[in-house]
Amino acid sequence: MDIHTKSLAEQAELLQQRKVSSVELCQHYLDRIDRLDSQFNSLITVDAERALAAAKRSDEKLAKDEGGPLEGLPLIHKDIFCTDGVLTTCGSRMLENFTAPYDATVVQRLQNQGMVMLAKANMDEFAMGSSNENSYFGNVINPWKVGTVPGGSSGGSAAAVAARLAPVATGTDTGGSIRQPAAFCGLSGIKPSYGRVSRYGMIAFASSLDQAGPFATTAKDCAMMLQAMAGFDERDSTSSDEAVPSYTAGLDQSLEGLKIGVPSEYFAEGLDPLVAKAVEQAIEEFRQAGAHIKSVSLPNQGLCIPAYYVVAPAEASSNLSRFDGVRFGHRCDNPVDLEDLYKRSRAEGFGDEVKRRILIGAYTLSAGFYDAYYLKALQVRRLISDDFQKAFNDVDVILGPTTPTAAFALGDKKDDPVSMYLNDLYTVSANLSGLPAMSIPCGFADGLPVGLQLVTNHFEEARLLQVAHQYQQITDWHTRAPEGLD
Amino acid sequence: MAWETVIGLEIHAQLSTNTKIFSGASTAFGAEPNTQACAVDLGLPGVLPVVNAEVVRLAVRFALATNSSITERSQFARKNYFYPDLPKGYQISQMALPIVGPGELTIFDGEDNQKTIRITRAHLEEDAGKSVHDLFTGQTGIDLNRAGTPLLEIVSEPDLSSAVEAVAYAKKMHALVRYIDICDGNMQEGSFRCDANVSIREKGSDVLGTRSEIKNLNSFRFLERAIDFEVERQIDVLEGGGEVMQETRLYDADRDETRSMRSKEEAFDYRYFPDPDLPPLLVEQSFIEQVRASMPELQADRAKRFVNDYELSEVDANTLTSERPTADYFEATLAASDSALAPRLAATWVMGEVFSRLNSDGLTLEQSPVDATALAGLLDRIQDNTISGKIAKSVLDNMWESGEPADKIIADKGLQQITDTGAIEAMIDEVIANNPEQLAEYRAGKDKLISYFIGAVMKASKGKANPGELNKLLKPKLDG
Repeated sequence: MDIHTKSLAEQAELLQQRKVSSVELCQHYLDRIDRLDSQFNSLITVDAERALAAAKRSDEKLAKDEGGPLEGLPLIHKDIFCTDGVLTTCGSRMLENFTAPYDATVVQRLQNQGMVMLAKANMDEFAMGSSNENSYFGNVINPWKVGTVPGGSSGGSAAAVAARLAPVATGTDTGGSIRQPAAFCGLSGIKPSYGRVSRYGMIAFASSLDQAGPFATTAKDCAMMLQAMAGFDERDSTSSDEAVPSYTAGLDQSLEGLKIGVPSEYFAEGLDPLVAKAVEQAIEEFRQAGAHIKSVSLPNQGLCIPAYYVVAPAEASSNLSRFDGVRFGHRCDNPVDLEDLYKRSRAEGFGDEVKRRILIGAYTLSAGFYDAYYLKALQVRRLISDDFQKAFNDVDVILGPTTPTAAFALGDKKDDPVSMYLNDLYTVSANLSGLPAMSIPCGFADGLPVGLQLVTNHFEEARLLQVAHQYQQITDWHTRAPEGLD
Repeated sequence: MAWETVIGLEIHAQLSTNTKIFSGASTAFGAEPNTQACAVDLGLPGVLPVVNAEVVRLAVRFALATNSSITERSQFARKNYFYPDLPKGYQISQMALPIVGPGELTIFDGEDNQKTIRITRAHLEEDAGKSVHDLFTGQTGIDLNRAGTPLLEIVSEPDLSSAVEAVAYAKKMHALVRYIDICDGNMQEGSFRCDANVSIREKGSDVLGTRSEIKNLNSFRFLERAIDFEVERQIDVLEGGGEVMQETRLYDADRDETRSMRSKEEAFDYRYFPDPDLPPLLVEQSFIEQVRASMPELQADRAKRFVNDYELSEVDANTLTSERPTADYFEATLAASDSALAPRLAATWVMGEVFSRLNSDGLTLEQSPVDATALAGLLDRIQDNTISGKIAKSVLDNMWESGEPADKIIADKGLQQITDTGAIEAMIDEVIANNPEQLAEYRAGKDKLISYFIGAVMKASKGKANPGELNKLLKPKLDG
C-alpha cells in the first residue's frame, strides 16, 4: 500500500468513498512507525491501541455517513499539547512521567473532528531550540539526510511527516518552531496569527509569542487542519473572537495581480547563496504567474533576534516556575529542605538550554534591568510590528527565505547558542508582530530542502494559504519525499 | 525628643464571589483540603487564567464608594517568587496599572475630629494556598483550596498618625466593604486582613523615617497592639542611637511583640512584568454606570435618610448605620411591625437592649437569638400598651433564652398590663388603706411620697398596672 504518499485531502476522499478504512489507514502508518522511526527518533510516545480504537469508532461513523472531512484521518501531536490520559513530556526530564488530566483545546478540536492521534512527537525541551538537539529523549534525525538535524523545536513533528509516518502533525511556533523545521524537512507549515488558535493546554514557552499550527505536505492540507484548529476559546483570554473564514474556499483563486513584497533586508549577510537562489527562482515563478513583485523594507529587521531573545526568555523564566517539584513533575530524591527540593529538582529536571533561557529571563526582568531590557524589547517589538504594517500598505504578502541555510549537521551549532539563535533570523519577526506566516518547499540546496516564507497581515491566513496553494499548483517541490522510506 | 508616628495600611479584602478570580472553582470556606482546586488553581502545565467578571464589578463598586478613579485599561502583572503554596511560582496581581486609582475615606480620629485618609490605589490579585505545618511530622501539607481566591488589596497613603487612627480607618473600611457587599469581612477566616507600614520621625519633620512592614494582622486588637509595640520599639532603637532597618516583621500575639521576618537585603526581587496570558482589563464607562445604578446605599446616605424619614437624631442615625447589618436589622424591625412602630422606640431598643445582650454574650448581630421579626413582635406590645417597657425587658430576656415569640411569653406568664381602671382603682384603694401614715404625711405636704404610692401599687400589680392609668387615678385619690 502506498497510501502514505498521498496528501491528507486525498486520503480524506478515499475514506469518504470507503476505498480505505480508518483502521487500515492508521494501521498502515503504525506499521511504518514501527518499522522506520528507530532511524529518526521522531516520536516519544506511540499509542497504537488507543489509536486503533478511535479509528474503529471513526469507521463506524463513516459507515453511517457521519463525521466531517477529517473523520478517521491520522495525525501526530507535538508532545507539548496536553493529552488526557497519554503522557505529555514537553521533551523534558521534568515531565518524563507527567500525564495531564485534560486535553489541550487543539487536541480536543481535532479529536472532535474525528482525527485519530497515532503518537506524540519529539521536540526540543519546552520548545527551546532550533535543531531538536535539546530533547531529553534524544536527537531527531532529518529523514532527508542521515546526520542532519530536522530543525526545531517541532523537529519530531516535521521529521515524522517528512518520513510519512503520518500525513499531518501539529506543532508550535514561538520564534520559527513550525516554519524552520518545515523548511528543513521539505514540508508546508503555518504559524497562524497570534490569538487564532487557542493556547489552552499547550505548555507555555513564551505566552505572547506561542502559536500552534499544522505541518503537512501541502498547503491545502494545512488549510484543512487550520480550519479545525482555529477559533475563539473561552479558556484562553488571548484567543481572538474574530470569525474564522473558510480556508479552503478561496484556494483556487489565481495569483494574478497579487502584490508580493520582497524585503531587501532578507537578502543580506548570512544568507546561503544556494538558499538565495532557490528563493529567487520562486520569486520568478510568482512573477510569471501574474504577481507583482515589489521591493519593501523592514528597517528594524536587525533588531528582531535581540528583541526576541529578551522577550521569550523573560516570559519563559516565569512560565517555567511552576515546575518546582512540589505538585507534579520531576522531584529530586531525599530533599533536605525546601531550598534543596527546588534547586535539585530543577537542576536535574531541566536541560542546559532551558536553564540558559531561565537565567537570561530572570536577569532581564530583575530590578534595575527591567527597563533596559524587557521594556526596551517591548518598544522594539512595536517598531518591528510597525515596519510590517507600513509594508502591508503596499503589498499583500511578504516573501523571503524561511531560514538562512538548509538543514545543518548534528552537533554543528550545539555549543554555539548565538549561531543557533541566528537560525530564527527571518522567522521571529512574525511572532514578535503576531502575524501569520508559512513556510513551503521551494527547492533544494545540496540535496536538502529549502523553505520559502510567506507572511500576510493579521488574520489573513486564507490569503496566505491561497498563495501557497497556487504556488504548489505550478511547482512540485512539495511532492518530493526522502527516498528509501517505502 | 518628641516623636510622631506615620502609618500606612494595606488591607486585603477577599471579594465575595462564588468562584475564583481566574478559574471556575468554588471559593467556599472550610472544604476538605484540595477539593476546591482545579487544574488552573493547581498551576498544571498549559492551563490559562480567565478573569472572573464579577471581581471587576466589585472593584468598580469599591471605587465608586470611595470616590476613587477607575482605570480604563488596567493590567495584570506577575509577581514571581517560589513558595510551595504558590502553585505557578508567581502570583497574578496588578502593579503599574491597578484597577482602582487614588480615592479617599473619611474617619474620626481619637478626638472625634474628621480626618480624610487618602487611598493610594486598590488592585485585584489572587490569594495563595495554605501551608499546613502541624499535621504531619517532618513534612508540610499544602492545601490549595484558597489558591486563586479573589482579593482586593487596598493601599492607603501614610496619612495615619496613631494606632487608634489606624484602627478607626481599618474599622471604617471593614464597615464599608460590608456595606457595599463586596467582602464578608470575616477576619477569623482571613477575609479581611491588614499589613501596617509603620515609621516614626521627629515631631514636625516632613521627612519620612525608615519603615517596617508588619504582616498579616487579622484583628483590630492585634493591629492596634502591633503598631503600639512597633512604635515603642522604633523609639527605643532611635533613642538608643541605633537605626531602624527597613524590614518585614511579624506580630506574635502570644508574646505581644513584633519580630523580624526578613530584612531589605533578603527581600525578594519579584520580577514583576505584565502577564502575557491576560490582555489589558478594559472597564468601559457604560459598565461603570451599570454598577453605579445597582450600588447599595452608602452609610452617609442611609444616615441622612434615617434622620429625614425616621426623625432620628444624627448621633443615633450614625450609630445605627455604622455597620450595615445593624441598619438592616433596624429597618427590618420596622418592616416586620404589625402596627406603625415608632422608629425611635425601635432605635432605642436595638442600640440599647439588643446590643447590650449581644455584647455580654459575645455575639454578632447576625448571630442574635432574637431576629428583627421577633423584636418587632415585642415592641408592638409596648406600643399598644399590652406591656410596659420594664416588663418588656424581662420578656426580651426570656425570648433570648427560649427563642419563643413575645406574644407567647406574655400570654403564658400573664404579663398583660392592667388597664382596667376599676381594677387599678381597687388596688389603689387597698394601698391607701394599708398606708395611713404615709397618706397623712403626703397630705401634710410631702408631695414626693407619690412615688412611694406608685411603687406600692405597681408591686401589688406585679408590675402590670398601666403606668399612665395609674398616674391619672392615683393623685385625685391621694388628694382626697
